[in-house]
Amino acid sequence: MPSSSNAAAARHADANWTPDQPIVAIRNVHKSFGDFEVLRGITFDVMKGDVICIIGASGSGKSTLLRCINALVPIDSGSIKVEGQEVHQPNLNTLALRKKVGMVFQQFNLFPHKTALQNIMMAPVQVLKQDKDAVRERARRLLAKVRLEGKEDAYPGELSGGQQQRVAIARSLAMNPDVMLFDEVTSALDPETVNEVLLTIRELAEEGMTCMLVTHEMGFAREVADHMYFTDRGIIVEHGPPQEFFANPKDERTKAFLGQIL
Amino acid sequence: MQEIYEWFRWLNEATGINLTIVYDSYDRERMIDGFVNTIYLSLVCLGFSVIIGIVGAWLQGSPLKWTRRLVNGYIQLFRNTPPLVQMYFFFFALGSLMPRVENEWGIMEPILSNWHWAILSLSFFAGSFNVEIFRSGIEAVPKATVEAAEALGYNRLQTYVYVVLPLALRVCLPALNNNLVNLVKTTTLAYAIAVPEMLYVANQIWSDSLNVPEMMTFLLFAYVLLVGLLVMVMNKWERSMRLPGFGA
Repeated sequence: MPSSSNAAAARHADANWTPDQPIVAIRNVHKSFGDFEVLRGITFDVMKGDVICIIGASGSGKSTLLRCINALVPIDSGSIKVEGQEVHQPNLNTLALRKKVGMVFQQFNLFPHKTALQNIMMAPVQVLKQDKDAVRERARRLLAKVRLEGKEDAYPGELSGGQQQRVAIARSLAMNPDVMLFDEVTSALDPETVNEVLLTIRELAEEGMTCMLVTHEMGFAREVADHMYFTDRGIIVEHGPPQEFFANPKDERTKAFLGQIL
Repeated sequence: MQEIYEWFRWLNEATGINLTIVYDSYDRERMIDGFVNTIYLSLVCLGFSVIIGIVGAWLQGSPLKWTRRLVNGYIQLFRNTPPLVQMYFFFFALGSLMPRVENEWGIMEPILSNWHWAILSLSFFAGSFNVEIFRSGIEAVPKATVEAAEALGYNRLQTYVYVVLPLALRVCLPALNNNLVNLVKTTTLAYAIAVPEMLYVANQIWSDSLNVPEMMTFLLFAYVLLVGLLVMVMNKWERSMRLPGFGA
């Protein structure tokens, strides 16, 4: 999306970050829950417009990593920078970060007391204090973009899982993020609705949105990803372009995992 | 109207059922005032106690340890003591410490009247329960929903106002309903510090007209009516807030 990249550049006119530097830079991140070390030194970069997929067994720290990127979970050590701005610092401008980083969850997490359209409009109006009529227009366009015209007034409880998830994607896009995080967004869906959500994500990726996906949809990952990452017990075991990654994985653990899944 | 008054006068002569509050204009006006005062006292305390509940439940989730302790101390104090003792404490103990001011006739009077104390003590009494009621509602809101709000840039207060509270309210309405019913009934305690609500007025009337059973019966039905109205409104509200696919 050219408009969003201009906006991103404008927002950082004063920072040293330029769009040719990594949009997300993760350096040696460690994180423990109690005695259990979930992340044991994760390092990688995501460039603007990249689509990266993180795969790995449950409990290998994939979701935690995504949550660390938008500061939902604090890290123990290391560094995460989004557009050059350190995420884990005491005087973090949380709102500025959350504006840049959109997140879509496994369980959709729509606000059940608001209609589909209101769900999309809420944050821009209530948090960013944008003009309500302009936001409504944008929300309608976003709803059309995720193929849900006519569902403006439906409550989340009246929508199928796939429809709810697409509303959740539209809700996140309404904040005009520069990076989208997708945390196993199709895992809670019925098989027949998975494709409609994947299609929406694919379109976003093709428009140039920077996307980080934690997913179990290997076929989808192979098609949309620019880069694959495989995590095992808190570290990145192997990564590479999808053709190579899937065709001949080098690490034994990757081979075993792919062997189970494919 | 005149015929109705006459009928009640006849009823008194014929059967001894003496409802002065119908046919005697002085008693009638006293009782209407008492009725209006009870409604006024109920509504004001209802409003304040709900505000206390909402704000208290918000402060209870504060990251500051002492704020949380303060709220919990308040709840313990007001939940664990009888409301009549609280009212006496407010009126006699705190009231005597208050400065006095000159009123419009040049007489010195306490800065807070018995009305003020009744409203204060009843609101804090019902408010302490409301904090716990709202807390139970807040705890029923999925953490994931709160997380989604955070991810959209909502700060703690915005999350509470726009997401948590509207959902919590739907969960805790039945319990809130109960407590507000209790509050309306507890307004009769204001009698103890001479607030002219219904019970106080009834007492004055039966002292004059010696019609205790009649007034007691009237009071009973008046409260059935008042509380019935409140419950009806609350149930209607509960129904109007029901959401497809949320809660029961």
